[in-house]
Amino acid sequence: MSEHVLNSIGLFVPEIILVASLCIIIVADLLLKKRTHAGGWILLASLVLCFFAFSAQSGINTSAFFAMIAVDPFSVFFKVILVISGIFIVLFSMQNKELIPYKNRIGEYYMLIAGMMLGMFLMVSSTNLLMMYLAFEMTSICSYVLVGFTKKSIRSAESSIKYIIYGSVSSGIMIYGMSLIYGMSGSLNIFEIGAALSGLESAPIFSMAVLMITAGIGFKIALVPFHFWAPDVYEGAPMAITALLAVTSKIAAVAMLIRLFRVSFTGVDATGMMAIIPEGIRWDMMLAVMAAAAMILGNLAALWQDNIKRMLAYSSIAHAGYIIMGVVVLTDQGISAVMLYAFMYLFMNLGTFYMAMLYANKFSTESIEGYKGIGYRAPFTAVALTIFLVSLTGLPPTAGFIAKLYIFGAAINAGWIWLVLVAGVMTIVSLFYYIRVARNMFLYKPEGETEPVRFDNFTTAIVLLLLTPVLVLGVYFTPVLEFIKHSLVMFGVQ
Amino acid sequence: MELQFLGIGILTWILFLPIAGLIIILLIPGDKLKAIRITATAITGIQVILAAVIFRHFDRAIEGINSIEGFQFVEKYRWITVEAVPWFGRIEINYFLGIDGLSVLMVILTALIGFIGAISSWTIKKQVKGYFALYMLLVTGMMGVFVALDFFLFFIFWEVMLLPMYFLIGIWGGPRREYAAIKFFLYTFVGGILMMLVMLALYFSVAVPDPETGEMYHTFNILHMMNPAYYVEGSILAGVDTTWRYVAWMALFINFAIKIPLFPFHTWLPDAHVEAPTPISVILAGVLLKLGTYGLLRISFPIFPDATMYFMIFMAVLGMISIIYGAFCALAQDDFKKLIAYSSISHMGIVVIGIAALNTQGMVGGVLQMFNHGIITAVLFLMVGVVYDRTGKRGLYDFGGLANQMPKYTGIAMIGLFAALGLPGLNGFVSELFSFLGAFEAYRWIAIVSVFGIIITAGYILWTLQRVFLGNTPEHLTSLKDLTTREMVCFVPLIILIILLGVYPAPAIELMNTSLSYLTQIVTVPAY
Repeated sequence: MSEHVLNSIGLFVPEIILVASLCIIIVADLLLKKRTHAGGWILLASLVLCFFAFSAQSGINTSAFFAMIAVDPFSVFFKVILVISGIFIVLFSMQNKELIPYKNRIGEYYMLIAGMMLGMFLMVSSTNLLMMYLAFEMTSICSYVLVGFTKKSIRSAESSIKYIIYGSVSSGIMIYGMSLIYGMSGSLNIFEIGAALSGLESAPIFSMAVLMITAGIGFKIALVPFHFWAPDVYEGAPMAITALLAVTSKIAAVAMLIRLFRVSFTGVDATGMMAIIPEGIRWDMMLAVMAAAAMILGNLAALWQDNIKRMLAYSSIAHAGYIIMGVVVLTDQGISAVMLYAFMYLFMNLGTFYMAMLYANKFSTESIEGYKGIGYRAPFTAVALTIFLVSLTGLPPTAGFIAKLYIFGAAINAGWIWLVLVAGVMTIVSLFYYIRVARNMFLYKPEGETEPVRFDNFTTAIVLLLLTPVLVLGVYFTPVLEFIKHSLVMFGVQ
Repeated sequence: MELQFLGIGILTWILFLPIAGLIIILLIPGDKLKAIRITATAITGIQVILAAVIFRHFDRAIEGINSIEGFQFVEKYRWITVEAVPWFGRIEINYFLGIDGLSVLMVILTALIGFIGAISSWTIKKQVKGYFALYMLLVTGMMGVFVALDFFLFFIFWEVMLLPMYFLIGIWGGPRREYAAIKFFLYTFVGGILMMLVMLALYFSVAVPDPETGEMYHTFNILHMMNPAYYVEGSILAGVDTTWRYVAWMALFINFAIKIPLFPFHTWLPDAHVEAPTPISVILAGVLLKLGTYGLLRISFPIFPDATMYFMIFMAVLGMISIIYGAFCALAQDDFKKLIAYSSISHMGIVVIGIAALNTQGMVGGVLQMFNHGIITAVLFLMVGVVYDRTGKRGLYDFGGLANQMPKYTGIAMIGLFAALGLPGLNGFVSELFSFLGAFEAYRWIAIVSVFGIIITAGYILWTLQRVFLGNTPEHLTSLKDLTTREMVCFVPLIILIILLGVYPAPAIELMNTSLSYLTQIVTVPAY
């Protein structure tokens, strides 16, 4: 027993690093009031350490802490994505002007991000419903505070309240669904649930339980119809936190959804093909309808937005739809497409948010109409933003195209033609609002001031760090596919 | 046939030189206008030289179309490879370039028009660096479509053209440029998505055995997609004359018809042409429209011979409508550029009825018409550009009596306009004749009705000539200068080609005859 615990602790090194950094940030905050971003640097260092700790975990496929969490290539893949995005979020936060008035409390801010990262690490690796719920809540509670961090801004406070209300209701619904599942199967362990459910006949209660759990996770992914909080919260939160919600926590929730549904609600039928268990419920159709709704609503609503954060909020709802298409497919091909999408989405969406933040800092505007003529004042960043947006649209030769290609390919191969058609039409719609930003930047002359704007080297370096993968992965993505190929191993799944 | 410089194949050179140019241009400071212009011109000039080398070394007797042995200057490397995994099979995408009789003429046309466009771009004053950077990207995209033999690669180059084109029209265009640019972008993007879906369906339907291990894997190779034996049993596009094959053909056709543009998908063209700056109009009419018909011949016809036969009359009817409708619309225009835009729709209709005839004359006529139309419209748009640069006007009624004022200009314009009209002795006549001959053999009535389009064409062209060049010179035009040397450099090679191919079209026909006869055979006498 003690040997198991010791082994488990050995597998828990990255999380321990993060917990340690969390404590150090609190202490450092007390000792070094003057150095405002000390906490940020500490967190950054610990995230980089985590990154290396993960690379040491490659190939491990086991369970830890009495089947509470799994350390398998699947979770390591997603944790790598989370760490990369976490690093960028910390870098963004150091430049976010919205946070300057709160610099006395900036230590708390980084501590909360560390807590949220820890929650998300656990989300992607837990294999027990209770653990999933705890990880989920840990992420949520940190994010409620972070959204309301700029509390003197009315919008921030308002959005924090909205987020809490929506979040607590959804997680309440989710745990209700989980308790139903526990009642049916007699276990909280997702493998035992899968084994128990595979023999059962379909009953309405199963569909209800699955729907309730989807409601909880769907809230984090901002899947329609659980998306209502997203536009207001994205608009009100500080920009770096918006990026954190739109990219990092969304990807973590998708990973959790995949693990739960793949292990507990998918089995093998008589012919050896993958099938839904218990027999008769159609969660794939339910997710497909939600995905289609997310793509339609997200893209159509984004057309009318003028605030870039709101536009990106709706666009991220739409992207949630594209991602879920891969889950609907139910095959490993679909899951690998989701993983590829998550990897590409990370860079292009963070890039877009970063540009939006830079422009909010420099030109103090979040309005797309206010972007007129920026292309002539800050050509480099404007071209970069255009490339990120083109990538979000899914045009070659950018990473976004490859991501979309694989998602569409998985869906076509599995015969979900109607879903692919919806996605195709909505991709065309998305062109309008993405290109609108580029149009305002380049097709109009600057209004008012016209002198060029310079960005420092630090900024340029971050832009290049985000831009290079978007362009390179658009033409050469073999390494990512290889990585995914080896990461598609989930603990306990054949 | 292989041809290499410094160990790199000639097609890679001709394809990626503009990318090198793009990088050089980005490194030159934005105020050194002359250096930027010279770089762009030199790069496209080298492309013309490479195209000439290709023309010289191209083996006219090899068929091409559906076998790798038939292609020349082939370059094939593994690009994306992920070894076999149980759930996905092997993933393989190739960097696969090659040309045959169908594409060689298009490669030459692209190089030539790209060069002429670069010279005529010297008049661009605004944001020169950005302009030429995008221009270089555009040239690579066009060239790539004509040399790619891997569907994935083909698709990438196809879509790469959209963004530069959007900005080239949107930033450097006329008053309604924003509307025209987004309209162009949207239309072609719709087509692109359709093509992407078909591409994926084809990818999952086709599986080829590895020659060494015998393992089956999916492929984007266009040549493999033409082989019915490689279609996986029970896959979505397997079989002959199935509904899904018709649907896929139709999706591809809509994509290509938007680019051609064929009635009723043509409405973006007049807007884009009118608003685009002169060199971009030249590129648009000279090369971009040909991508549509080239795509039909390269992809739709050999991959879906069954559906092509099924929809043959449908294509011909749309071609016929485009010829007549385009000509009537041209007759009604009083804007010079709009007139040429509609005449393009009409002339591309001739290409379509030629290739849809599915016989050798029609095919040869159609492809030759693609080349000829590229050269003729380039002359016509440059011609409008000349007076537009001088007066800022391009209404047909704004001019008159230019023959007295600008004799050199009038001479060149006359040749261009008469070639568009199809006057015997100039190149337009040869290709139109072949197209109609082929069409007449295949579907008599459609050909007969279409020929009336030529009469209307004669009507609007002669009327234009009369309005612009004949009569008395109005007062405000008496200070117009004749062509400058730079403008002459643009016009002269094109005019020489117009006359040369009118009198002696054999060099062009020889290039493509073998391949096109073989293509006809593949489509009409299917392998199954």
